[in-house]
Amino acid sequence: MFDQSESFVTEDGRTIGGVMMEMKNITLRFGGVVAIKDISFDVREGEIRAIIGPNGAGKSSMLNVISGFYHPQDGEVWYKGGKRPPMKPFEVARQGIARTFQNIALFEGMTVLDNVMTGRLNHMKAGILSQAFWYGKAQREETENREIVERVIDFLEIQNIRKTPVGRLPYGLKKRVELARALAADPKLLLLDEPMAGMNVEEKEDMSRFILDVNDEFGTTIVLIEHDMSVVMDISDRVVVMDYGKKIGDGTPKDVRSNQAVIDAYLGVAHD
Amino acid sequence: MFPDQFLFAVEVMLNGLMAGVLYALVALGFVLIFKASGIFNYAQGVMALFGALTLVGIMDGQVPFAHLINAIFGTNVHHFGWHVPAFLSILLVMVVMVGLAWCVQHFIFRHLVGQEPIILFMATIGLAYFMEGFGDLMWNSEIKKLDIGIPQGGSMWIEEATAFLGGSNFYGFFIDKLEIVASVVAIILVIMLVAFAQYTKQGRAMRAVADDHQAALSVGISLSFIWVLVWSVAGFVALVAGIMWGAKSGVQFSLSLIALKALPVLMLGGFTSIPGAIVGGLIVGVGEKLFEFLIGAPFLGGATENWFAYMLALLFLVFRPQGLFGEKIIERV
Repeated sequence: MFDQSESFVTEDGRTIGGVMMEMKNITLRFGGVVAIKDISFDVREGEIRAIIGPNGAGKSSMLNVISGFYHPQDGEVWYKGGKRPPMKPFEVARQGIARTFQNIALFEGMTVLDNVMTGRLNHMKAGILSQAFWYGKAQREETENREIVERVIDFLEIQNIRKTPVGRLPYGLKKRVELARALAADPKLLLLDEPMAGMNVEEKEDMSRFILDVNDEFGTTIVLIEHDMSVVMDISDRVVVMDYGKKIGDGTPKDVRSNQAVIDAYLGVAHD
Repeated sequence: MFPDQFLFAVEVMLNGLMAGVLYALVALGFVLIFKASGIFNYAQGVMALFGALTLVGIMDGQVPFAHLINAIFGTNVHHFGWHVPAFLSILLVMVVMVGLAWCVQHFIFRHLVGQEPIILFMATIGLAYFMEGFGDLMWNSEIKKLDIGIPQGGSMWIEEATAFLGGSNFYGFFIDKLEIVASVVAIILVIMLVAFAQYTKQGRAMRAVADDHQAALSVGISLSFIWVLVWSVAGFVALVAGIMWGAKSGVQFSLSLIALKALPVLMLGGFTSIPGAIVGGLIVGVGEKLFEFLIGAPFLGGATENWFAYMLALLFLVFRPQGLFGEKIIERV
């Protein structure tokens, strides 16, 4: 399905595969406001792809298009070699695309463990009767899923808050729990909407490390949004730069950094 | 030996508990829907009436829409002439309630996603009147007797077993068997609901939707599926409440008014808490009976049961607006 001939190995030894998702000429309007104007880019299997840009550039809108929360007026989304019909967010999630939100969307009343368990919902197939009597399939499934969830919890180092209701956690930990829930779904594609927003330097370093580890250990393809340039440049393989709904740059961090349009967007230009 | 007055008070309290269980049952239906979708379902009482009506109709082999059919075709049909066993009928009514849930979601609330709570509430008022008329049209509006074999009348066994507690004027506690059955059924129902919500995949999804819609979507939960599920469960709870009240006082229009008794229960217990609905129901049940016995009848001329629950709710609104178990509303500034 993928063009494996294109795959290559990065400097740090990770394999980047063929194109997994392709956005073709996406245009998204809200009434008269054009949030995204004719943007195309692709995401390759196994890479960390960043979307950066100043506030209001349309980054989150783009992520919402990928995850089915917004439906573009024009353009096509290709996923795993096929054109994707317009889908509801839950259908997108069932295709193996998990996400986190800029303003954290967790189940505040439930414990960390329960929150992460919801990430496994789509992997549970046992019927309601089987669950009611707790026999065979249901029991096996619950145990299996629980093991996976515990592994994710260990991985993100949140064992000590497993039984804490999420509503009581500080901001930084909530962000981590949200990542854990997304990871528990065992996604093919992980979308992170400003995973480091509002964090201090130490928390940002932790989060960067987790993102790199996820990509490295599970081979998960990651698309992330961030407006802190330095972090993005350190961890991503390729970067899309957006400004006012348009794509102004696309390439490796090194390419992007030397792109004049990008420099102008971030530092401003003199209008004379 | 206890003084008679004390024993009577205990008896009143026991009866209050039993009545409270029935209030709790109705309140539960409200809480389920409110938690999962933010809809205050005014039609919950009518759903209980509709469930009970359908049950009687199916059991007695009534021809649905008989009046309409006769009026149009000039026929004179009313009964199929068969009787369906109670258990099978209940299963059939459950199917009808699931169908109803699907229709409610599909024809009404699917089109109102994201609307103001007051609009959703108005929609349920419309639904209530529609269902009331629809139920009448389908099964006609006579008062019907519901007999699915639940024992009724005072339990002699309890009377005899407790007679020794008092003096010669005390004949033991009088407790209606129907209310004992209703309590047991309600307790089983609550345990089932809690187990469902805590330990099944669908229950977990239901709690997730109750907590945060956006997050629920992102983990692959279909909101409309969960809403149909919740309305079905609420329909089932309504059916159980309808059966108990129907067996007690006949299936008739006034059955839908028990929903009004559930309001003070919800204000006491909190609109979002399942334990709150139960405890609230018990407090209202015991409270109104005891108040009538101790203060109402001797000093206020009686009939305090009609308004006691609302007074209590009013006090709660003033001093603890979120109810006993509701989440405290704190606005961060």
